[in-house]
Amino acid sequence: MSVLLIAEHNNSDLRPFTFNAATAASKINENLHVLVLGNKSDSVAKAASEIPLVKKVIHVDNEIFDNFTAENYTSTILKHVDNYSHIVCSANTFGKNLMPRVAALLDTSQVSDIVNVISEDTFLRPIYAGNAFATVKSTDKKKCVTIRPTSFDPAPSTGGSAEIVKSEPGDKFESSKFVKREEIKSDRPELGTARVVISGGRGMQNSDNFKLISAIADKLNAAIGASRAAVDAGYITNDHQVGQTGKVVVPDLYIAVGISGAIQHLAGMKESKVIVAINKDGEAPIFSVADYGLEADLFEALPQFLEELNKLNSIQK
Amino acid sequence: MKILVAVKRVIDYNVQVRVKDDGTGVVTDNVKMSTNPPDDNAIEEAVKIKESGKAKEVIAITIGDDKAQETVRKALAVGADRGIHVKVDGIVEPLAVSKILKKIVEKENPDLVFMGKQAIDDDCNQTGQMLAAILNWPQATFASKIEVKEKSLEVTREIDEGLETIEVNIPAIVTCDLRLNEPRYASLPNIMKAKKKPLEQLNASDLGVDTKARIEQIKVEEPPKRKAGIKVASVSELVQKLKNEAKVI
Repeated sequence: MSVLLIAEHNNSDLRPFTFNAATAASKINENLHVLVLGNKSDSVAKAASEIPLVKKVIHVDNEIFDNFTAENYTSTILKHVDNYSHIVCSANTFGKNLMPRVAALLDTSQVSDIVNVISEDTFLRPIYAGNAFATVKSTDKKKCVTIRPTSFDPAPSTGGSAEIVKSEPGDKFESSKFVKREEIKSDRPELGTARVVISGGRGMQNSDNFKLISAIADKLNAAIGASRAAVDAGYITNDHQVGQTGKVVVPDLYIAVGISGAIQHLAGMKESKVIVAINKDGEAPIFSVADYGLEADLFEALPQFLEELNKLNSIQK
Repeated sequence: MKILVAVKRVIDYNVQVRVKDDGTGVVTDNVKMSTNPPDDNAIEEAVKIKESGKAKEVIAITIGDDKAQETVRKALAVGADRGIHVKVDGIVEPLAVSKILKKIVEKENPDLVFMGKQAIDDDCNQTGQMLAAILNWPQATFASKIEVKEKSLEVTREIDEGLETIEVNIPAIVTCDLRLNEPRYASLPNIMKAKKKPLEQLNASDLGVDTKARIEQIKVEEPPKRKAGIKVASVSELVQKLKNEAKVI
C-alpha cells in the first residue's frame, strides 16, 4: 500500500497547500510518493524531495504541463497510478478540478474534502456546508481522496532527501486550450494560510470602503476576506470569497465586519480559533458563532479599531 | 446546438440542516427543498444562449426520486424546452450520476452539458468533471463567464488565485459558478405552460447503470459546537480582550 500525492505548484515553487496535503497523505500511509507534473519545474521536484515525509518523487517535465490543465494532468497521472492504493491532492480549486477526472477513469467513487483520516479506507468529511460531519468508508480498490488543507498542519519543508525519478507524460489533450490567467498579486498573506483574516460583507456598501478593512489588515498582517454578497456586488474580487463555494479558512483570528452570517459564509470560517463579529444588527446570525461580538456601526467601529491597535505597544505578526 | 442541463433537488440553501438523532443522515422530512443553487445558474445560462439564437433546444435532466421532477418543472418554467427524469431512490454518488448522464448524452447527442459546480448537500464537486472524463470531453469548471464561439466556448473560471480563461472545443462540459448570471424567476403563466411541456421518465436500471454506493456512510454527526461567546460594549474592550484574554493580537 502506498499513496501518490499530486503536487500543486507554479513551475518554480510548491504551492503551500501541498505541504498540508502531504501531512494528510502520510497519515493514510507512510509510504508517500509525490508526482510533480510541470514545465521547467526541476526546483519543484527538488522542493518535494526535501519534505521529510516524502519517500520518492516522480517528476515529469513537459511543456504540456505549463498551465496545469486537468485534461493533460489526468492522462499522465493514469500512467503512474498502478502501484498506488491512494491518489491524493488538495481540495482547493486545483484538486477539485482535477481529481474527479482521474477518479472517474479509475472507476472510483471519490472521497472529497476530508478533514480527518480515521484509517486507510475511512475518512471524516463535512457535508451540508459543515452543518454535519459524515464518517465514510471507501470500498473501491484504488481510492481517490481530496484533502481540506486547512484541517491538516503543513508538513516540514526541509530535511528530506527523497530520490527523484524522471518519467514520461501521457497523451496531450487537444480539445482544450489555456488562454490566460489573471492572478491577483498581493503582498498580504494568502487567505487560505493567514494567521489573521479580516472580512467585509454587504455592510461595507462599496469597494472604496474596503480601505477601512485594508488599513486594519496592514496593521495585523492579515489577509482580506469577503462574503459572497460583497463579491457578487462587485466590492472585491472573487479570490477573496470565504464560504461554502469560496475558500475555507481556519485562522487564529477571524474578524467579520458587516457580514450577517449566512449558512454558506459560516461554512468557510466557523472553525477559526477566535471569531470577532462587528455588525450593527444585534440579531445577525454571525453573533451565534462569534467569541466576541460588537454591535456597532462599522463606519465608526473600524476607525476606532485602528486607533486602538495603534495604541498597543506590540502586535503579534 | 442542443444543451443538456443537469439539475439536482437539494435541501433549500436557507434551511438550517439538522442531523438525525440516530446518526444515519440529516432530517429531510417536512424540510423545504429546492433546486441546487448553481444548477439554477446552469439553466439560466443555457436559456440565455438559446435566446441569443445560438442554441435550438435546452433539455433539463434530473436524477432522483419522484419528487426530483419538481426541479425539472422549474427548469421548464424558466425556459427549458423539455425534461428528462431518471428515477433512482436513495443516495446516488457522483460517479453513478455521471454514468447515467453519459447514457443520456449518447442518446440525445447534446453539444454542451451544463450543471452547477457543486451540490450544496454532499458538497462533492465531482459530477461534471467525471462526466467530462468518461466522455473524453474537455471540462470548463467553476465558470463565471461563457462566450459561445463557432466551434468552441471561451470560459472564464474562478480559481483560488483569481480568474483563468480557457477555450474548450464543443462538445464540452461546463460547471457553473453562482456568479455566472442572475437566474430569473418563473412567472405564473410560465409555470402553467411548463406543465404541458414534455417530461420523459426513465429508470436508472433500464439504462444499465449500476448505482450501488461505493462509499459506505458509517455515521453522520453534528459538528463540534462552539462555546457561546460574549458581546463587548466598545472597541477598546474588544481590543483588550483580543490582546489579553484570547491573546491573538
